[in-house]
Amino acid sequence: MTKVKTLADLKKLREDLQEKIRLRESGEHPESLVQVKVAMATCGIASGAKDVMTFFMEELEKRGIDAVVTQTGCMGYCYAEPTVEITLPGQSPLVFGFVNSRKADEIIEKYIKKGELVDGIIPVTYQSINDNQKEG
Amino acid sequence: MDKINLTIDNKPVQVDSGTSILKAAEQVGIKIPTLCYLHLEDLNIENKPGGCRICVVEVQGRRNLAPSCATVCMEGMVVRTNTVRVMNARRTVMELILSDHPSDCLVCAKSGKCDLQKTAQDLGIREVHYKGEQSHYKEDRSPSIIRDMDKCILCRRCEMMCNEFQTVGALSGVNRGFDAVVAPAFEQDLVKSTCTFCGQCVAVCPTGALTEVDHTDNIIRALANPKKTVIVQTAPAVRAALGEEFGMEPGTLVTGKLVTALKQLGFDYVFDTDFAADLTIMEEGTELLTRLTSYLNGNKEVPLPILTSCCPAWVNFFEEYYPEMEDIPSTARSPQQMFGAIAKTYFANKIGVDRKELVVTSIMPCLAKKFECQREEFKTDGNPDVDFSLSTRELAALIKQSNIDFLSLPDSDFDAPMGESTGAAVIFGTTGGVIEAAVRTAYEVYTGKPLQKIDFEELRGMEGIRHATIDFNGLPINIGIAHGLGNARKLLDSIKAGTCNFHAIEIMACPGGCIGGGGQPLHHGQSSVIMARQRAIYQEDANKPIRKSHENPYITKLYEEFLGKPLSEKSHHLLHTHYFNRSKVKVVIPKSKS
Amino acid sequence: MVTQKMNIMVCGGTGCKSSNSELIVTELRRELQENGLADEVQVVQTGCFGFCEKGPVVKILPDNTFYVTVTPEDAHEIIAEHIIKGRKVHRLLFKDPVTEEYINDSKGMNFYKKQLRIALRNCGFINPENIDEAIARDGYAALAKCLTEYTPAEVVDIIKKSGLRGRGGGGFPTGLKWEITAKVKADQKYVICNADEGDPGAFMDRSILEGDPHSVIEAMAINGYCTGSNKGLVYIRAEYPLAIERLKIAINQAHESGLLGKDILGTGFDFDIELRYGAGAFVCGEETALIHSMEGKRGEPTFKPPFPSEEGYLGKPSNVNNVETYANISPIILKGSDWFSSIGTEKSKGTKVFALAGNVNNVGLVEVPMGTTLREVIFEIGGGIRNGKKFKAVQTGGPSGGCLTVKHLDLPIDYDNLIASGSMMGSGGMIVVDEDTCMVSLAKFYLDFTVEESCGKCSPCRIGNKRMSEILETITKGKGTPEDLDRLRNLGEVIKDTSLCGLGQTSPNPVLSTMANFMNEYEAHVIDHKCPAGKCRDLMTYRIEAENCVGCTACARVCPVSAISGERKEVHTIDTSICIKCGACMEKCKFNAVFVS
Repeated sequence: MTKVKTLADLKKLREDLQEKIRLRESGEHPESLVQVKVAMATCGIASGAKDVMTFFMEELEKRGIDAVVTQTGCMGYCYAEPTVEITLPGQSPLVFGFVNSRKADEIIEKYIKKGELVDGIIPVTYQSINDNQKEG
Repeated sequence: MDKINLTIDNKPVQVDSGTSILKAAEQVGIKIPTLCYLHLEDLNIENKPGGCRICVVEVQGRRNLAPSCATVCMEGMVVRTNTVRVMNARRTVMELILSDHPSDCLVCAKSGKCDLQKTAQDLGIREVHYKGEQSHYKEDRSPSIIRDMDKCILCRRCEMMCNEFQTVGALSGVNRGFDAVVAPAFEQDLVKSTCTFCGQCVAVCPTGALTEVDHTDNIIRALANPKKTVIVQTAPAVRAALGEEFGMEPGTLVTGKLVTALKQLGFDYVFDTDFAADLTIMEEGTELLTRLTSYLNGNKEVPLPILTSCCPAWVNFFEEYYPEMEDIPSTARSPQQMFGAIAKTYFANKIGVDRKELVVTSIMPCLAKKFECQREEFKTDGNPDVDFSLSTRELAALIKQSNIDFLSLPDSDFDAPMGESTGAAVIFGTTGGVIEAAVRTAYEVYTGKPLQKIDFEELRGMEGIRHATIDFNGLPINIGIAHGLGNARKLLDSIKAGTCNFHAIEIMACPGGCIGGGGQPLHHGQSSVIMARQRAIYQEDANKPIRKSHENPYITKLYEEFLGKPLSEKSHHLLHTHYFNRSKVKVVIPKSKS
Repeated sequence: MVTQKMNIMVCGGTGCKSSNSELIVTELRRELQENGLADEVQVVQTGCFGFCEKGPVVKILPDNTFYVTVTPEDAHEIIAEHIIKGRKVHRLLFKDPVTEEYINDSKGMNFYKKQLRIALRNCGFINPENIDEAIARDGYAALAKCLTEYTPAEVVDIIKKSGLRGRGGGGFPTGLKWEITAKVKADQKYVICNADEGDPGAFMDRSILEGDPHSVIEAMAINGYCTGSNKGLVYIRAEYPLAIERLKIAINQAHESGLLGKDILGTGFDFDIELRYGAGAFVCGEETALIHSMEGKRGEPTFKPPFPSEEGYLGKPSNVNNVETYANISPIILKGSDWFSSIGTEKSKGTKVFALAGNVNNVGLVEVPMGTTLREVIFEIGGGIRNGKKFKAVQTGGPSGGCLTVKHLDLPIDYDNLIASGSMMGSGGMIVVDEDTCMVSLAKFYLDFTVEESCGKCSPCRIGNKRMSEILETITKGKGTPEDLDRLRNLGEVIKDTSLCGLGQTSPNPVLSTMANFMNEYEAHVIDHKCPAGKCRDLMTYRIEAENCVGCTACARVCPVSAISGERKEVHTIDTSICIKCGACMEKCKFNAVFVS
């Protein structure tokens, strides 16, 4: 166990350790973070959603963006897989289709960072994915 | 000390800071009833668990009623002791206590002297509105003490005496809620506990829960039996207290009336334990000088200090807790047992009565004497040296039952030969007395010179532990004195630790010595009663023509006719004893699992 | 390091653990291993989530999926569906008892919506057996701040200003207590944590110790710094083995990390903590009794003053606070007294944890701001009364508290309001009862608990409570008289007024409050000799309605005392002099022919 000898030690240790539970904390206040939901049903996975999700996770972290990346079920746009829903704090969610790592990079740089829209938005009478998942 | 101003029932009171409401109220003539509270002021004994809740009062600004015994006065406090709320609460609590108490007052040993009965009367209780289940426990009869816990009101006075004052630890609270009761560990009988039978629990019990084993009936039957010769010895402390049972002022000496009463009761010979006390000094004093001389001659193995051994509760205590120190106390028997041994040999022979037909009784301020006289080592062929030991209280009851008007009795003298005694013997009844008596004799025997001053004021007093150095003609003798077994424990621990430089130590178990014994008339929490008895004892000593044990002519005669000299073989056989390991409590430290 | 995708939090509190939650952890880990996901998905065994009604609880983060009544067999589906395919396991989601909707995100659960978790901030969120997770959540940051930035007096001042009051029942201002202990001069002082949680049904202290032991350790050290003590003692019930184990682990880890022991953070401050075990006597939650018990003496209270802050353990000044109180300390230091005092009511600041139980849909631990109404707690968080029954009363404050009724539902909960209504905060027990409850029997139930748990030291509590219980027994047997009610009231008032400690001073509350609010039920028992709720067996009579009886003989065959007679195909009758009112006939009858009145 790391010996904490000074206040500086404790601060350093806390910073290192916070990384470990950042994932959990992001679930506490997702509305204040960039929320990325990757559709990970069979169709999505078949189209490479897993790689896209990993890309988002790693790149958002690398680029210092506080975001919460979660997976969801099928969004119903199987033709456009992999699909990703992005919610910026205080804004309505947008769904992007045919997302690969290049597209993901563009989404991060333009939409997430600057709020500029990029191609590939699926213009739908779209409700948040989970709203659809009520008992039916 | 800071002064505090407050009002109690609209009366302004000024008290020292730290004073309880109860004591402050007394200053302005308000007597708040109490039940569990006990304070023997000069003896530093206090019980205020705040448990009975009889002494509650209303303190302005407080949500609940406050127990006046345990609540300290504060500046500006406004106290009411007799509002409707307080009186209703007090009466309700008393009714609750009575609802779990047998109502057999008419035949209770404590009737008329019972604090519960008196307080209930003072509170005007005429009906108990709350009835229900009552506690039932099996009666516990030891040779000295009867515990009838059905009558226990959980005042915890006995527990405080047993644990804090005596450090005996025989009694403590067990169980909880309605089943709570004061008992020995595992609710065993007292005889299986560490009890020393000092009787201090009985002395402070406000009800009939703790009483002495009553032997008055045995005495009545023995006296009525024409085949028996019945003799009686009375301990020094009895004469300084018995009068209280007949309404006399504490501290009134009733020696002459006592002798007359005993004669009227029909005892064939009325003797004095003081005679045996003088004998004790001869034996114990000689033992002290022998050990001391041996020590001074270079024998460092000799056990010093020597401890007195007159007090049977104290003997029980060190047999229980310090069995490894059994060679330190004097081997001399207590005066009661010396008397019995001489009575059933020398005296029986003198009057030509077989020991089995001679009934030796004793009047003692003590309950441990009842236990002591039935010890196996004090019997010959099963016949005890002392057959029955009665407490001062039992004697008073016996006198009353026999229609003797004690107050109007003339004085009489003790019978010879075992009724003659000295002032040294009388002071056995108080703390410091035994050692003063021993010093009076040892000094003269050791130095060969007569004492210039017989009173050793430096050995007297009421402090729990006292010490003094007596100059034996250039040899300083360090004396220690303790009364109360808790104080004795401190001295014993210092002996064990090797930090004790006393040559001799006197120990008595009860507060003030025998004058505060467990068999004495109840003091009801008034330490002034015990102080008055002490003054009476010293007064009796001062009035005696002979005040040194070795000058008692009958003692001299006894040695000439029968014993030879102190510590002779015969003395050893009749007047000395040996001690046993009675340790019941073993501390087992479990081995740690590692 | 592989980026973590998800965390699966499995409740490891005593409740869920006894429902096999440990095996769920094992199974989840095995499934992840088999699917090569062990690095990406972490399974964390946490402390209590509070939603004990539906344990074992499994929560997936960061998407806040809340699975209830999970079994080890469900592990496979959770991994295969949720983790791998991203599809929630629908059947394991919580179904709201009121709206009957399945809840996808725990943030949408009414049970959690109204809660504000300060004392329980880490319960269900961290692995309590890993100090790293506590440190990551600002564990020991408050201690560090105190030691390096504040003087002891400044810390006391922050606590005083926060308005925090003792959460163990009395509600004594915590900062003031600390100040008194700090001011007394002594060669040795003690910091004592009262973990002798004794109210039946209350388990917030246990949950905090099981879920976030470091919060208590840290706060005790802060108290040590304030009061000038280097010795902490936790008095904990021996019946709390898991809390004891986790506390021991936490103390060891804090030691190894240098956050307990000598020269903490190089500031020269030393602090150590030892455990003392209680044998489960309710009265030992009273601080003087607790101290006697720690000293090896009989667990009995003594008269205060002197307070433990002046003369406590071994006669030395001792600061005694309970677990929940300590759990509030670090957030106050880190976020400031203004933040804390902005929560709650005028005289009761912050939050309070309640153990919600009884005839309510969502049983569990809830932490709400002071001032939340009973209605919000019972009907929103608690999801209302079970089986569509009507709310009748709520007992707050455990056996020492009182019964509150419909008219109190909009009462903002705080110390003073509860006392003014004849109940109390206590340690936060909250037991809801429905219309079928007999209030006389309920009062007797609580009173019998205090009769059992009284130490017996003072006469009013020892004998008075017994007598009250006996009177209630008489009443529920139908033998009571109106005079019994006078006796009951007088006894209750005198016991409150004269008892030595808090136990006796509050023990009549259930009786007095039910008498105040449900006098009609008492009167029905003693005047009409009827139990309106139909619960007092001695006041019931069973009879067979001739119209409905078909003479099937089923009731006669099931009757254990042969009180029912009647020929086959003819109407049966019950001999009420033999009937023991067991109710077996009623249960057996298929024709609704057996009635009770």
